[in-house]
Amino acid sequence: MAELSSRIGRAADRPLSGPAAYLLFVRMWSKSASQYRVSLLLTGFAQMLTTSLDLVALIVIYTQVQTLAGFTLPETLYLYGTTRLAFGASDLLASGVETLANTIRLGNFDLMLIRPAGSLAQALADQFTPKRFGKLVAPLATLGWALTTLSVQWTVLKALVCIGTVVCGFVIYCTLWVLTGCISFIAVDAQEMANTFTYGSEFATEYPLQIFGRPLGLALTFVLPVAFVTWQPSLYVLGHADPLGLPGFLRFASPVVAAIMSGLAALAWRVCVRHYRSTGS
Amino acid sequence: MRVYLTAVRLSLRRFLAYRSSAAAGVFTNTMFGCIRAFVLIALWKQKPEINGWDLSDAVTYAFATQALISPMGIFLTTTELGPRIRNGDVAVDLYRPVDFQAWWFALDLGRALGAGVLRSVPPVLFGLLLFPVSLPLSPLRWAEFAVCCAIGYTVCFALRYAASLISFWTMDERGITAIISTAAMFCSGLIIPLTIMPGLLGTIVGHTPWAAAVQIPINVLLGTQSGGFGYAVAFGSLWALALLAAGRLLTFVARRKVVVQGG
Repeated sequence: MAELSSRIGRAADRPLSGPAAYLLFVRMWSKSASQYRVSLLLTGFAQMLTTSLDLVALIVIYTQVQTLAGFTLPETLYLYGTTRLAFGASDLLASGVETLANTIRLGNFDLMLIRPAGSLAQALADQFTPKRFGKLVAPLATLGWALTTLSVQWTVLKALVCIGTVVCGFVIYCTLWVLTGCISFIAVDAQEMANTFTYGSEFATEYPLQIFGRPLGLALTFVLPVAFVTWQPSLYVLGHADPLGLPGFLRFASPVVAAIMSGLAALAWRVCVRHYRSTGS
Repeated sequence: MRVYLTAVRLSLRRFLAYRSSAAAGVFTNTMFGCIRAFVLIALWKQKPEINGWDLSDAVTYAFATQALISPMGIFLTTTELGPRIRNGDVAVDLYRPVDFQAWWFALDLGRALGAGVLRSVPPVLFGLLLFPVSLPLSPLRWAEFAVCCAIGYTVCFALRYAASLISFWTMDERGITAIISTAAMFCSGLIIPLTIMPGLLGTIVGHTPWAAAVQIPINVLLGTQSGGFGYAVAFGSLWALALLAAGRLLTFVARRKVVVQGG
């Protein structure tokens, strides 16, 4: 803490840049979390266990059937791996906004606004804990497993799309964290609703999108565009026809979607902070 | 006895005050019910009958689990006691002239009833309207279901209570309880029904205490519990008694040996 205040003190007349502030707060929170060392290790293990058990669930489903909605086990594992890796990374970076509702309710958001550092960087880094690295273990292992068992004719373009899937998915999920964090400005006790869009889309995108049927599948493509996290680019990598019959260029549209979502998230955050009126009493 | 009933009533009233939060929770529970239902529908379309369940049983299960999550407190890592031990407030609780375990049971029961009132019906209604959810009409079935839910709830409480007490010794219960709640999510059948778990995995998971929380009550409601209502009651009661006894023992030891944190 002393280090933090001295860093901020030195920079008092010029605010810290977003990334620098973010890293500073992440370091501070990590230090705080590692005071309870055993709990940190155990919660990290629990996070690893959570994603691993979701994987077990997926495998259990495939003990009953050979294919699910036309997707074999390795193909679904590929969806699981890319989805969970992108989501885990976004969780690591941005899930601090989950505590925003509490921060606002307690009036602590005023403190964030007073500090000479961006409010978004502080909100994202809030309560950061290294336990979240645990969430990356199962997805990494699964993706490795899927990539070695899949019978895909790899090309340079496919490899690029594969890497792009995780990168763009990460960005799209980060924007979802920020956008759902904005809910807290409007309705302070609606935090649980945000879970639908964050954890809900994590859960939904690890399965072939067509299981949700055409109307919902289209909604998940064009309204809440999580189809671009994994589904659309993976159709290209895995060589599947689009069961919803959407045009082929959409399979390469993830970067565009990620850029648009980033713009929206940045705008939403600005509007919310500008209209923030602090808490009562 | 009156003091416990009052505790239940006041705890219930406190919980009912958070209505907009409950509305957000209902929305989320319902949406997750839909996602789970779609996954199970995809599975059952491929294989119309799995271990005695047809498509409509599976979809009913998807929404009924969402109704039971909050009252059972599957996602709650501990009772409210855990944090109070960590920050020392428990000293006040230990002064109260009541049975410690019964007191926390009463408070948690109020929470569970409140959750049942506010959060359980909407997800199932939504499922009934838009999905092939089918619920039995026989009042006996519903009565048996209610009994199993009560037993399942007791198991869940007893387990969370015992887990909360761990922080008397470890200063911080969050690590252990995070692992317990992860296990709870899987073993209760929230991620996938225990019905489809194969072989040894199914046997092991089917005998954990969490099986009594969600899967067995719903099996009884659907009329698919092997061994019927009798087995469901015996299984749940055994776990409930064992875990309540463990909780009592831990309380007894903690009251004698442990120094409360504070300051």
